Amino acid sequence: MTIVTYPRDLQYTREHEWARLEGDVIRVGITAYAVQQLGDVTLVDMPAPGEDVQAHERFGDIESVKTVSELFAPVSGEVVDVNAELESSPELVNEGPYEDGWLVTIRPSDEGELDGLMDAAKYEEYLGTLDG
Amino acid sequence: MPVQYAGIKKEHQAVRERAGLFDVSHMGEIVVEGPKALAAVDRLVSNDVSKLAVGRALYTVCCNADGFILDDLIVYRLEAEKVLVVCNASNRDKIVAHFAAHLELGIPWNDVSDQWALLALQGPAAASVMKDLNVDSGVLELAPFHVTRATIAGIDLWAARTGYTGEDGYELFCSVDDAVGLWRALLEAGAPHRLEPVGLGARDTLRLEARLMLYGNDIDEQTHPFEAGLGWVVKLDAGDFIGRDALVRIKAEGFDRKMVGFEMTERGIARHGYPIVSDGDTVGVVTSGSPGPTLGRNIGLGYVPKALSKVGSTLGVEIRGKVVGAVVVPTPFYKR
Repeated sequence: MTIVTYPRDLQYTREHEWARLEGDVIRVGITAYAVQQLGDVTLVDMPAPGEDVQAHERFGDIESVKTVSELFAPVSGEVVDVNAELESSPELVNEGPYEDGWLVTIRPSDEGELDGLMDAAKYEEYLGTLDG
Repeated sequence: MPVQYAGIKKEHQAVRERAGLFDVSHMGEIVVEGPKALAAVDRLVSNDVSKLAVGRALYTVCCNADGFILDDLIVYRLEAEKVLVVCNASNRDKIVAHFAAHLELGIPWNDVSDQWALLALQGPAAASVMKDLNVDSGVLELAPFHVTRATIAGIDLWAARTGYTGEDGYELFCSVDDAVGLWRALLEAGAPHRLEPVGLGARDTLRLEARLMLYGNDIDEQTHPFEAGLGWVVKLDAGDFIGRDALVRIKAEGFDRKMVGFEMTERGIARHGYPIVSDGDTVGVVTSGSPGPTLGRNIGLGYVPKALSKVGSTLGVEIRGKVVGAVVVPTPFYKR
């Protein structure tokens, strides 16, 4: 049984991405719940640095052995960095979705958008409404 | 059957390297009986089962009158006057209706799908697991595509050396009342061999690597066996069967498209329904695609025009609006 955790220092979206403010950028990944739903991640398609993304709009795709899922940006802004390790080692997303399996960093156009996201407690409550 | 237990890759690897256990009780089973059972089934399938010896099994398709595929089946001659037909779960109602409409009148037959369970023990260690269960030598020495009555872990069942993974292994047909007991006995005997329960996800990647067809994806009522590369299960000179006339005509007239196996040469995973393109035109469609965990490459099956079907032909697969390179490769992708 996988232990599914939701760190307290992250903000969460209904599309199962997490966001963390690090200086003037926001680091983004997918949650342990998303990883559990996907299974073995085999490919991550992400925008290039410099591209603009819109909050709650698709900015990429993540594929597991079985399925393809869309990735949604938690905030609007410009992509600063993408996790290049994922190209050769997509399994990092499974192994550590909050650590080495991060996806992108975004320079937010409006940092205030972070406040519209859920904290860990709210996200766990939200997950409770999805089960069954 | 869940999509996965421990994870698709892990389960896939267990079957390729050791052993996996599948609960495929959802499959449909029809038993046809009596002195004319074999001849009656032979009229409904494209392969020649008329001379099938007792204890032998044969893969075949069942076509409609137009030569299109209603289902792919395995026909087992359990006894001289007892024939088992195993069909896909999704096609059970259709095949039962087809049998009801076309099986010669007066032949006793039964849809036993709700009374029979089916567990598949697959992988190179499958025979060792059986040995540890002290099964009869008849089970251990069972050749591929053979079937025998057996008692395993005290449970009476039919043991067949068949499967859907490209590995050695067994398919065990027992009463639904015995299924849980058999599952537990196999898990227990398999534990020292690091047997894993396997779900639908790995079942799909395993069968794809072995180029085994998935009905509803690779073949359906819009495909005929020749274009699907299943000409080897069509015996046009072995008596009449439903669809024969149409298949004779299709073979004589020729056909335009052919199923190929391909692997991606650029980064991307082909999926069922994605267009196959060549020189900017859509020329075909992907019927199955996924990573091939044993191969470490992304593979797929699809229909393309014959001119593009040769090994080495370059294709494009349109993945979310972007064309990604692929090349036709020999199949099966994986052979043990």
